[in-house]
Amino acid sequence: MTLLDLFLSFLQTGLFSVGGGYVAIPLIRSQTVDVHGWLTEAELMDLATIAEMTPGPIVVNGATFVGLKIAGVPGALVATFGAILPSLIIVSLLAHIYRRFREMPLLQSVLASLRPAVVALIAAAGINMLLQVAFGGRNAVALANARWAGIALFAAAFFALRKWKANPILIMALCGAGGLLLGLAGAF
Amino acid sequence: MEQSKPKRLLTLFASMLYISAFTFGGGFVIVTFMKRKFVDELHWIDEREMLDMTALAQSSPGPIAVNAAIQVGWKMGGFAGMLAAVLGTIIPPMAILTVISLFYQKFAANRYVALVLRGMSCGVAAVILDVSVSLGRNVLKTKNGVYLAVMAAAFVATFFLKINVAWIILSAALIGVIMALAARKGGKRA
Repeated sequence: MTLLDLFLSFLQTGLFSVGGGYVAIPLIRSQTVDVHGWLTEAELMDLATIAEMTPGPIVVNGATFVGLKIAGVPGALVATFGAILPSLIIVSLLAHIYRRFREMPLLQSVLASLRPAVVALIAAAGINMLLQVAFGGRNAVALANARWAGIALFAAAFFALRKWKANPILIMALCGAGGLLLGLAGAF
Repeated sequence: MEQSKPKRLLTLFASMLYISAFTFGGGFVIVTFMKRKFVDELHWIDEREMLDMTALAQSSPGPIAVNAAIQVGWKMGGFAGMLAAVLGTIIPPMAILTVISLFYQKFAANRYVALVLRGMSCGVAAVILDVSVSLGRNVLKTKNGVYLAVMAAAFVATFFLKINVAWIILSAALIGVIMALAARKGGKRA
């Protein structure tokens, strides 16, 4: 039963990938390369590259990619459903608990101290991305490594967002076009 | 929120479809785009609730984007809303990956694709930092020493020490529990 295997494998991947993409790739590797032999090491590398280059959660990308390869479109659907089923159950449950008890002083206090931590996590993710586009990574921060075209694109985008509250997706699309033009001009 | 329910479900589905089709990178990226859409533009959710949803999405199993969509969906349209939001979130990556898997080696090696993606990542960094500045400023405005310390400590822990995010969330929650107990004790004494 390939479809059942696909479902169960990605169910485990979905269930154990707490905290997003960081742990998803090792989990997908263990299920698809080590346990079932659905992908070769090289194909897993391809998957990681494509997941990075396309929108969407790595787990959903991985389930679609592996499902298609093993059992066509039904495989992709079954694997993706398996990957998000733990979320559907657990997060729905937690969302109801939140709705019911959010007025409780204890939960209020917990949420109030979680919020600043979440802000810090988002900011750290943003700074890491900025260091990536400005210098090629956090370990390469030095004037000699500065990527001026990337810094200029970032600065223009940041200015437009702060000053004019520009639509973020429009900004991203414009940055993509800017990257292409600068790259073709040999400056990026 | 004056929209009728079917119309609201459609807006929810279309918003998630649009956000999900264009957001590259990890879960925090899509959460910042959701904040801009549902908090700033549609005014469906307040900023504090969006942060609560983010914390819950981050600390639950599964993709952060899907976890956040589930919560927004339940809030805006019950079970049907949850389905609409989740389908909107997963259809774009599934469709895009299906097309790309037909010729993925060419796609991955294409120079123009790489340039566009590199340009877009500059924009993504700008969006995340724009939202971070707004959120951070609101934490500063509370002028609450504990919250400021939690924010600073969480930043150092994740950015410099690279401590697992799960521990950071757990520690912040624990501080909340201690504060609640302290407040209760203080209340009794007074």
